Amino acid sequence: MTLDAKIPEGPVEQKWSRYQATCKLVNAANRKKLDVIIVGTGLAGGGAAAALGELGYNVKAFCFHDSPRRAHSTAAQGGVNAAKNYQNDGDNIYRMFYDTVKGGDFRSREANVYRMAELSVSLIDTCVAQGVPFAREYGGVLGNRSFGGVQVERTFYAQGQTGQQLLLGTYSALSRQIKAGRVTMYNRHEMLDLVIVDGQAKGIIARDLITGEIQRYAAHAVVLATGGYSKIFYLSTLALGSNATAIWKAHKRGAYIANPSLTQIHPTCLPQSGERQSKLTLMSESLRNDGRIWVPLKAGDERSPNAIPDDERDYYLERRYPAFGNLTPRDIASRAAKERIDAGHGVGPLKNAVYLDFRDALKEYGRDGIAGRYGNLFDMYRKITGLDAYSEPMRIAPAAHFSMGGLWVDYELMTSVNGLYALGECNFADHGANRLGANSLLQACVDGYFIIPTTIGNYLADQRTKNLPSTDAPEFQQAADAAEAAIRKLLNVNGGRPVDEYHRALGAILWDRCGISRSPEGLQEAIIQITELREDFHRNVRVTGGSHEPNNELEKALRINDYLELAELMCRDALSRDESCGAHFRTDHQTEDGEAVRNDDDFAYVAAWEYTPNGTPTLHKEHLTFQDVKLTARSYK
Amino acid sequence: MKVLLKIWRQDDRDAAGKLVDYPLDDVDPDMSFLDMLDMLNEQLVRRGERVIEFDNDCREGICGTCGMVINGRPHGPLTATTTCQLHMRTFNDGDTIVIEPFRASSFPLIRDLKVDRSALDRIIQSGAFISTHIGTAPEANSILIAKDAADAAFDAATCIGCGACVAVCKNASAALFTGAKVTHLSNLPQGKIEAQRRVVDMVATMDKEGFGSCTNTEACEAICPQEISTDYIARMNWEYNAAKVRQTGKSS
Repeated sequence: MTLDAKIPEGPVEQKWSRYQATCKLVNAANRKKLDVIIVGTGLAGGGAAAALGELGYNVKAFCFHDSPRRAHSTAAQGGVNAAKNYQNDGDNIYRMFYDTVKGGDFRSREANVYRMAELSVSLIDTCVAQGVPFAREYGGVLGNRSFGGVQVERTFYAQGQTGQQLLLGTYSALSRQIKAGRVTMYNRHEMLDLVIVDGQAKGIIARDLITGEIQRYAAHAVVLATGGYSKIFYLSTLALGSNATAIWKAHKRGAYIANPSLTQIHPTCLPQSGERQSKLTLMSESLRNDGRIWVPLKAGDERSPNAIPDDERDYYLERRYPAFGNLTPRDIASRAAKERIDAGHGVGPLKNAVYLDFRDALKEYGRDGIAGRYGNLFDMYRKITGLDAYSEPMRIAPAAHFSMGGLWVDYELMTSVNGLYALGECNFADHGANRLGANSLLQACVDGYFIIPTTIGNYLADQRTKNLPSTDAPEFQQAADAAEAAIRKLLNVNGGRPVDEYHRALGAILWDRCGISRSPEGLQEAIIQITELREDFHRNVRVTGGSHEPNNELEKALRINDYLELAELMCRDALSRDESCGAHFRTDHQTEDGEAVRNDDDFAYVAAWEYTPNGTPTLHKEHLTFQDVKLTARSYK
Repeated sequence: MKVLLKIWRQDDRDAAGKLVDYPLDDVDPDMSFLDMLDMLNEQLVRRGERVIEFDNDCREGICGTCGMVINGRPHGPLTATTTCQLHMRTFNDGDTIVIEPFRASSFPLIRDLKVDRSALDRIIQSGAFISTHIGTAPEANSILIAKDAADAAFDAATCIGCGACVAVCKNASAALFTGAKVTHLSNLPQGKIEAQRRVVDMVATMDKEGFGSCTNTEACEAICPQEISTDYIARMNWEYNAAKVRQTGKSS
């Protein structure tokens, strides 16, 4: 199958309006005859469910949480970007488009990125109308701040809880449609398979997480909005339940996965403090607006940070990247931290961190000023570490964060399976090889609120005359049986090793070999190790409890089962991309001073992988063309 | 450090429940409370026993999924802290720690420490929204909002919906949860048109879901991980009474 991204003709700034003007529509009376399944109800899925419900479609929405309000979107701290130019600092849609394409190291699709920047403007309007309490200036207008990789203030925020407030806005819009009867909400349900009838996505198999019942749901189209999969690293900033099961099962049913190895390592997380830790906590990147990052000039310096004088501190980001300083993009800041830590300048008990220092900002703005901007983050830091960041620098470290990779989608956000869509972090689009801060909430929101309501109509217009398949159809039967069999198989292994042990082992392999930096040798070794671990899992895992009851262990086992397969694909992807770009830093492609060396002649493409049962996956390339942004070496110096 | 855990085990809503003893060694003081339970569960798996079921997700205090009663107090001994943000250094070597689910008849027990809090969703669905259509909103800065009002709305909006307020209340009242949402929306100029119907419907839904009445003991504020203020309950009552007076001409 050839990859057709279906990018509309014409200049980039007119593509979306042209698409809207020419795509097929479903009239209001016919929408109620059409059913749509949405899996995941965070910002992308919840927004899609609310928007499609408003339009009059029958929406069935699924989430594995007990309430859609708990989606991991809620944990995003810093903000959401929009090219409003409220600060009169020269911002506009083109500049935001340019920053994002450059920030993604020229591995994203121009047309998608332009549309995201274009729609950012009305997103803020929608959120404000929903009652999202963004930060305000005293005169009553909205406030802004800066994030990494840009030189304008275009980030809208609600203290350090922007994701929470945006999600509560989405959740309230979704709640309104639930009340109106346009959305049926299935809480505590996890998608276990995709059902394809006559080459089109027509339903899902889900497990009721309370009764354990395997259920079948049919619809005219299926939308996945299941978030990122960086929890595959075990230690990551993600919620513990975040997983890849839905997209992996869709992949096995024919949906291509694009750029799976492109994982963002976030530079401002709390460092690991012990062996039994289950997650790493993110501290908002917004802290880099006022905090200065440094390490002791002398390796192994044991003095307390406040006792180290200025001329014995290495403000390495300001030194290496004077134009952007502490606001260099995340991939660069993470790599620079790793370089200093590896060179012996790491701080903290495990020597695995760098300092993020507010001393100068406290002098300038006072304790109240800093508390007003970042108070909740300082409180969180104290709760987790027991330390006071007002009196000594924070200790931060890089951690696995956002998955830029995900299901391959075209301009309509349709996957390579007809009638199957992917929104938000579970698709690959928009961010390229590195995501700029405050663009994740943006992408999730515009995908759900604005893009899918239009593009899905173009598909559903032809579905109107087709009946909903019966859930007794053989395709449903086969998928449900397969899900039951997979569960029985796991419960019957009855070995001796708990699921978490495998997850930790997998995470360690990926972090070492497919993390901040990658080498061909390391990746080849990782593939062998992952294969061995997978075989051991099927021989020795122990899952207690039964299938028809609440069972956290079984849920985890099913997810790790899929992670063990996806991990291999991540390493194959990283191995095949024989260049450095964005978050993908290959040690065999760097300059003398440690900067990434991209290879546009051979690798300016999206790597879309097709699943082949019993064989190595097949690589399809979507070549990227850059008409509006010139391919240049990315410099933040 | 060593601790003795006494954990509530109950197969389902209709089964009898009881506290079961689990001694645990080698607890790292810097470990989070939930990491400690994970450690116990791994030991149970190795012994072939069914694990302790509990809800959790983000483990950074924001999703509101986790919550258990620890030594008689929802979310444990610290103020302004969710269970996932509680660390074992809070306890002493040799402590006995009693762990139970959030108890309220509106939160039916599912298993062990897992309860069904969907009644809170139904309060939101009964009217806690602004009836705006997606994509049709006016220019954001055309609605000026004073910084004080935006900040006040934000403070109320930070409720994470964990349900600890209900679990700690002797009447199992959801007044703090509902009051926070009412106050968030009533501080803003948007959605004013439906404000009266909103508060009346939300209060009616609280009653319908079986939550008790508020008798102002303020345990909810003391326990709330987000430090949501009981002022919001007063605000809700004020909004409710004002709405009732306008509807019927007399206060309820």
